Amino acid sequence: MVSTLASSDYCDTYDLSESPLFERRHPLLPSLVIELTERCNNNCLHCYINLPRNDAKAISRELTTGEWKDILNQAAEIGVLTVHFTGGEPLLRDDFAELYLHARHLGMRVLIFTNGRCITPELADLFSRIPPLEKIEVTVYGMQPTTYDAVARRPGAFDEFWRGVQLLLQRKVPFIVKGALLPQNKGDREQFEAWAETIPWMEGVPSYSMFFEMRGRRDSRKKNEKIAQMRTTPEDGLSVLTRDEIRYRKDMAQFCQKYMGASGIRLFSCGAGLSPSIDAYGIIQPCLRLRMPELCYDIRKGTLKEACTVFFPRVREILAQNPDYLERCASCFIKGLCEQCPAKSWSEHGTLDTPVDYYCTIAHEQARYLGLIEPGESAWEVTNGRERIERVINTLLEGDTGKI
Amino acid sequence: MQELDMDARYIPSGNIVAREIEGELIIVPLVSGIGDIDDELFSVNETGKVIWDRLDGKASLAQVVQLLADQYSVSRQEMEQDVRGFVGELLKRKMITDARASPASS
Repeated sequence: MVSTLASSDYCDTYDLSESPLFERRHPLLPSLVIELTERCNNNCLHCYINLPRNDAKAISRELTTGEWKDILNQAAEIGVLTVHFTGGEPLLRDDFAELYLHARHLGMRVLIFTNGRCITPELADLFSRIPPLEKIEVTVYGMQPTTYDAVARRPGAFDEFWRGVQLLLQRKVPFIVKGALLPQNKGDREQFEAWAETIPWMEGVPSYSMFFEMRGRRDSRKKNEKIAQMRTTPEDGLSVLTRDEIRYRKDMAQFCQKYMGASGIRLFSCGAGLSPSIDAYGIIQPCLRLRMPELCYDIRKGTLKEACTVFFPRVREILAQNPDYLERCASCFIKGLCEQCPAKSWSEHGTLDTPVDYYCTIAHEQARYLGLIEPGESAWEVTNGRERIERVINTLLEGDTGKI
Repeated sequence: MQELDMDARYIPSGNIVAREIEGELIIVPLVSGIGDIDDELFSVNETGKVIWDRLDGKASLAQVVQLLADQYSVSRQEMEQDVRGFVGELLKRKMITDARASPASS
């Protein structure tokens, strides 16, 4: 983060995005996502990845402490400054503290995604003494035992989560909270946001998972059917996104300046392959979500450096071939608003380039709200997209609430 | 300017991890209380880096000043000002420690 500390003649405080290191001499890999386990102590209805906490097969396949340390060493060698520990529930690993300390002693910042249930006084003390240097991100599934446990489907889960965040608060360990919005906890939203406001490290309103993804390993049609039922409708999603209208407009103005416009026939216009992710078994994926085996690299048969310099650059060259994708997604000027990506296409359809109608509908709902398209228009048929984007950016920046 | 013992020899403290990435020296706090805010990292500029590289516990600050003044053809006085400034800042932030007090010093 940008600091209030004045630069001295010799030292500057450091902001990753603004540092000359990342402007001129980009390290091979600035950050790395590590999925320490697919196991979780929750059994959330909507989850795209979780396995039971005691899943013996998963435990037997997971990388050992030594293997993870070796990967962290490799990561430090090629310049990784931030490592994300996620899961599953990463704190379920018995060696979590050891791996955390290893990463910190290598000079890495550690970003932890957790449900908070496994935070013990000892672990909170550790975070206080040796801070992760990134705010811990805690996902919240409800503000009452009944609602939380109805989503997490583990009795007593709420009490453990609540104890975990209190331990962080007592020790002033910086964390933020995020929500997952489901029919079971919809009624808690106001209470959740009021509580989130009291957390000293929150910047603005909490974000939500609500446009849920299908199972990342394509392992259960039955679970996918349930996930589909839990998905927020585009209309409801829009009302959540725009609940802080001023912030939404400001964010969207910046977003439109940066990310709008058709992506063309190259499938990977995102950061896939540039910010890879390693699963619990040592398989490096182009990103946390994309698990298509042909696009993944087994680190036990190679190195992180080779994956980044040889394997993923080839992956990123892949072009879309599906005629439906080429007609719609490749030429769609609101692509930036759409969560469609090869990972979503893979989890939903088993291919890299099949349009996912759910995300297309959400993007169109947002585009109509912003005034980018008229009711009934399909964004991929619009020929003056760039002009419309400019007009909307100007409108958003002027604070005019009128639509084009 | 902070009073410094120019006979002291300093080494990086255990409170930080110093990393060189693509030629840039970055000091990453390991323990709480190094930075003014929670997630602060420090990027050391070229002058600072040259001095940092000499803080290996082998040479006293006075020797470091002389070595660098010779190496970069600057006056001893000018170099001493830089060394005092940078080392003072590192000490204030507990990023270095007196090697004479460290059991690992040689």
